[in-house]
Amino acid sequence: MKISKAVITAAGPDQQHLPLQTLVSSSGETKTVLSLLIDEALSVGIDSIGIVIAPGTQHDFTTAVGDNIDSVTFIEQPQPQGFGHAVLCAKDFIGDDSFLLLVGDHLYLSQSDKNCMQQLLEIARQEKCPVSAVQATHESQLPYYGTIGGERVPNTTHLYETHCILEKPTPTEAEQKLIIPGLRAGRYLCFFGMHVLTPSVMAELENSMSKNPDRLPLTASLCAVAQSERYLALEIEGRRFNIGKGYGLLTANLGMALAGNDRDEVMETIIELIAATR
Amino acid sequence: MLLDLITSADPALRDRALADACRGLDANALLKECHQLDEFRRTAENLYDRVRAIFFLSAIHRYHLPEKLATEASGSISFPAYENLLGRRFEEAIDLFLTEQESQGASDAICSALASAYHQLAFQTLADQVRKSVRTVRGNQWMFRMGHPADHPLRVRKELLQETQNLFPVLRERTPVRMDLTHSAWSDIFFLGMDYPEGARVINVSIDLAVHGRDDTPQPPVEAYFRVIDQPVLRLTSIDLKTSAEISSLSEVFDFAKDYLGLLKAAVIASGIVPPGIEGSGESLDDLLGKIVGEGHGIEIISSVNNIPKGSRLAVSTNLLAALIAACMRATGQTQSLTGELTEDERRLVLARAILGEWIGGSGGGWQDSGGVWPGIKIIEGELAGETDPEHGISKGRLMPKHHVFGTDEIPESARQALQDSLILVHGGMASNVGPILEMVTEKYLLRSSKEWEGRKEALSLLDQVLSALKAGDIQALGALTTKNFRGPLQAIIPWATNHFTETLIKRTEEEFGDDFWGFWMLGGMSGGGMGFIVNPKRKKEALGRLEEIMIQTKRELENALPFAMDPVVYDFAINAHGSFAHLFEGNEALLPPGYYQLSVAQLLRTDISKLSPHDRAELDQFALACRTQPHFDESIQALFDTLIPRAGDEDSSGTSLNELLQTHGFDREQHESIRKSLRDGRIGLSQNRLPASTRIKDVEEGDVTDYAGSEPTSDLRALGEKALSNGEVGVITLAAGAGSRWTQGAGVCKALHPFTKFDGKHRTFIETHLAKSRKRGQEFGTEVPHIFTTSYLTHGPTRHFLDHQENYGYKGPLHLSPGRSVGLRMIPTERDLRFAWEEMPQQTLDEQQQKMRDSLRTALICWAREAGEAGDYTDNLPLQCLHPVGHFYELPNLLLNGTLAELLTERPQLKTLMLHNIDTLGADLDPALLGHHLDSGTGLTFEVITRRLEDRGGGLARVNDRPRLLEGLALPNEEDEFALSYYNTMTTWIDIDQLLELFGLTRQDIVNDTQKKIAEAVRNVASQLPTYVTLKEVKKRWGHGQEDIFPVTQFEKLWSDLTALSEIKSDFLVVPRLRGQQLKDPAQLDSWLRDGSAAYVEELCEW
Repeated sequence: MKISKAVITAAGPDQQHLPLQTLVSSSGETKTVLSLLIDEALSVGIDSIGIVIAPGTQHDFTTAVGDNIDSVTFIEQPQPQGFGHAVLCAKDFIGDDSFLLLVGDHLYLSQSDKNCMQQLLEIARQEKCPVSAVQATHESQLPYYGTIGGERVPNTTHLYETHCILEKPTPTEAEQKLIIPGLRAGRYLCFFGMHVLTPSVMAELENSMSKNPDRLPLTASLCAVAQSERYLALEIEGRRFNIGKGYGLLTANLGMALAGNDRDEVMETIIELIAATR
Repeated sequence: MLLDLITSADPALRDRALADACRGLDANALLKECHQLDEFRRTAENLYDRVRAIFFLSAIHRYHLPEKLATEASGSISFPAYENLLGRRFEEAIDLFLTEQESQGASDAICSALASAYHQLAFQTLADQVRKSVRTVRGNQWMFRMGHPADHPLRVRKELLQETQNLFPVLRERTPVRMDLTHSAWSDIFFLGMDYPEGARVINVSIDLAVHGRDDTPQPPVEAYFRVIDQPVLRLTSIDLKTSAEISSLSEVFDFAKDYLGLLKAAVIASGIVPPGIEGSGESLDDLLGKIVGEGHGIEIISSVNNIPKGSRLAVSTNLLAALIAACMRATGQTQSLTGELTEDERRLVLARAILGEWIGGSGGGWQDSGGVWPGIKIIEGELAGETDPEHGISKGRLMPKHHVFGTDEIPESARQALQDSLILVHGGMASNVGPILEMVTEKYLLRSSKEWEGRKEALSLLDQVLSALKAGDIQALGALTTKNFRGPLQAIIPWATNHFTETLIKRTEEEFGDDFWGFWMLGGMSGGGMGFIVNPKRKKEALGRLEEIMIQTKRELENALPFAMDPVVYDFAINAHGSFAHLFEGNEALLPPGYYQLSVAQLLRTDISKLSPHDRAELDQFALACRTQPHFDESIQALFDTLIPRAGDEDSSGTSLNELLQTHGFDREQHESIRKSLRDGRIGLSQNRLPASTRIKDVEEGDVTDYAGSEPTSDLRALGEKALSNGEVGVITLAAGAGSRWTQGAGVCKALHPFTKFDGKHRTFIETHLAKSRKRGQEFGTEVPHIFTTSYLTHGPTRHFLDHQENYGYKGPLHLSPGRSVGLRMIPTERDLRFAWEEMPQQTLDEQQQKMRDSLRTALICWAREAGEAGDYTDNLPLQCLHPVGHFYELPNLLLNGTLAELLTERPQLKTLMLHNIDTLGADLDPALLGHHLDSGTGLTFEVITRRLEDRGGGLARVNDRPRLLEGLALPNEEDEFALSYYNTMTTWIDIDQLLELFGLTRQDIVNDTQKKIAEAVRNVASQLPTYVTLKEVKKRWGHGQEDIFPVTQFEKLWSDLTALSEIKSDFLVVPRLRGQQLKDPAQLDSWLRDGSAAYVEELCEW
């Protein structure tokens, strides 16, 4: 399966400015969130990236993309009508290809020698089907994430067959429909904010759009895909940072700094700060 | 061999009755079988095999082994083993009892101990399994893991947070109640459903309800309201119980018995808002609410059952719990839709949570009780446990049943209408405790007792017939079937399912409506509360009115004999087609029921206006507007006024009436005040009832008693007794002055008049049974036996009235009532006595949740005693409930004081001996051989004792400082001493009249001449030589619509058996057979009393 396109959604009213935030990467460079995402995507064989933005924000985003602007296509979402709608806006850009879907307010830090996107794309290319990156998450975090239910693919350690996907399930629903054998009690596989999807998702989204034109979430369509074709979930070896949450940007920056060359310096600074603010 | 009944694959063998299998085995063979069963139950992996083996062991030790032991050898029960039993350490207790059995040999005493230990272990094992299943139902598990507010995964839905003019929206859940068309033969008990899912079937109908003549049209009676409030507290309100509380700490949420809001608290917990896992975490409710609702906000939950009386057998409480849970789940996003009907998955989840809630609240309903959550008519059936169920491999069935809602293609509209046109639902007004019934049903099922097992199978087949009749709309046939079910299987399983009140109602309805009365239908549990009468639709309107009249008339006749919680009512009902249904009200429409505002607005109006929050102001404005514009708020202002300024007068009238009663019944105010002072000063109290610790207490020795338990008195003695009987020298005194607290938990009715069981095809009262025994002896010896019933302020009037009405049950001999001559006024107990009774005396520990409930209730009662004033007069109840009899010692002196003995001696000068016995000693009769022994011995008082069983607590026959006497349990310096005593006091006493008079310093002439002053002084003199005991008794207070509270009260007593301590009169002691001496104290004993041959023994003594 060839995957050379990626879509980054950044049009939500609460999301528009997040990808434009700057931070210092693991290698010590100051970059925007968006350019970090694009760098990582380009490094794993993606050559064309569609960014879904709100009308009137293209100038800011162009600046934020920086040197890789040639690989980027901006797609406007006229009205904020949900995550699914944002993805549907990229339908023409995607055409008949499978694609990598990212969200503009998340950053990823790998804990293996392959970066997070690489881990996901390798599996998608190998299994030739849609794959969502997931992470085992405590049930108290369920109100924030889409969550999958399924079972482990035999003879694998991090790969799961997905049977059901629910958006922000209650713990009761999760316990009834989303329990994964082998996971610790009270933990579920929640979305990591990174998916490889096939064009069939667009058909499902269009179908849902015809029923409810005002608001189109993505999860219900992903669930429909999971029930009609093979759909996998990969437990990523890495961490995600939701920079839209409270100290999300700070945590992401710290995470990157502590994983990079300046680890000692950053730690020293943190300790000094802790001591000084006692 | 008995093991095969458990392990065999052949259903014919597996379903064989234990009693049949035991019949041919002697004591040794049974002991051997017990050994095998005990080995088996320790290793069996299958839960139900294990439980059946334990029930077998309990039944063998209770019913089969004792009758096969050679004699009623007295055996002793070790105190450490008993302590283990009280502490629910059943395994340890059983091991110790078995060791004793090994060393002493099998005895009646150890059999009773083992029977009790196995019985409790069996129910504990079953309860543990249900608890485990409830916790492991998927969708419930997370709530037991969540232990910190930061981890709380629920959030209140945004729609409920949208304020309009300072008013938060109100979510209202309305739920019908359920009725069971087949009664179900108690097959909806969880244990049965899990072991025998194919036999667990009910036809369950969701109905709306109205009290006939009070409410306009039937509505879903159960309502739950949920809204956000502007304070970080949990505010709970029960409109029917007129109670509201603001809860600000997590520990209060788990304190169920503190107030009347236990059900609402259970709903808050079971819905996951305050998950059970957070109990005892020490975290703050404020933080938790902040996480769920948002900082500074809280939740208000309100319940209403529209004044539907308690005990309706329509599962009002369980459906209210389900409605509250559904509302909370909707509000916190646990259902797809905030409003409208629930989906099938959601209904099942509400059911699972309601089961959890009932377990948490320490109550327990059947699995069909949440049926109101579903719409219309449905069949609910047990389901086999599948591989993915947590029950798989443990029990045959699942905890949760399956529901099939019938469509109109299966049960047409016309049939539904026909049912509504013919069926009259009523509440007979009786209060009954069904807990013991459920245990009996479970036990009988697991023992496969043959009559009951056949009954169960017949009930199953009747269910199919009822369903066919319903589908065909043939309500007349349906009526015949429900009657057949009531007369046949239900009473085969539990004979106590019916009672005299119900039988009278059926008879009178039959007489009134003839062929137009199509059938009686028992709604559930026990009859006497919720019931159904099926009539020809042409006469339904007439029947609605007449039934109410018939019920009220019958209740008036029986209200002193049976415990009624309220006056009977008739319902209007309609089948509900939606099940549980929710609406969201916003803005000015966000109104709560008028009853709510009577509580909340009254509170707000008492608050300084400047301190009211904008939300409070908005609430007042909204209420004012509603009063002007909403018709159902028409009477709210008047009701609010009544709440703010309670009408004067009630207290006075009740106070006056109490004073009148006290004066009439010889209340001694001076003595009362002196007792109060002593109580307050700590000079008397429960702990001071005890004899000094230095008292030597030992079991009696050979020669202290004459044992007639295993051998008959000689024929000479019998002849002596027969002669005295023929000469008319003997009379009977039945003590019937007490309230029988244990019989009705202090309901204040006359136990003597209770038609407690059927003999010779009719319900018989205690009085009738005792007269029947005297009649038989009289006929045998060609004389009329004088029979005296002692009475008190509580029992005299009703007993007189009852006997007149029954024309003395046709008793031809002299029949006297001896009214009491003194009365005490109950007092509020002291904290010291309550703590002594509850903390220092040995207590039966309860199952985990029930123990929590009990601890919480006791804490609340201690607070009540402190606040109401320790040792103050107890006057907050009906006047008669505030008085107490002053102990059975006085009942005999009363005979002297009130002229009854004078009358007797005048009409029968040859009278020489009286046999005195308790109202509940049903086996006591004028046995000529025992009488002969008494006459021959020449003693003044001959007391009958029996060998002790585990349940015989409260003293016994002892050598006290080397002198044999009867010792009350209250006076024992050490609880352990009781376990050394072989014999238990039956209270039955043969009295030599002349020697007794001599003790009092009186002669027959004094009595006949009725020298009041001398007699009164003589009584005082003897009384002063006897100890006065402080006791705690339970008293019921009734209020609202069928609600009952039980309070502990302090009273004082002098007891008859203490006469044995006096050296001025000689006492003798006879050991008599258990069936003669045992007492029937508690309705829960009735079943075993019937099964172990006791009832047959008594019937043999009677002539009706």
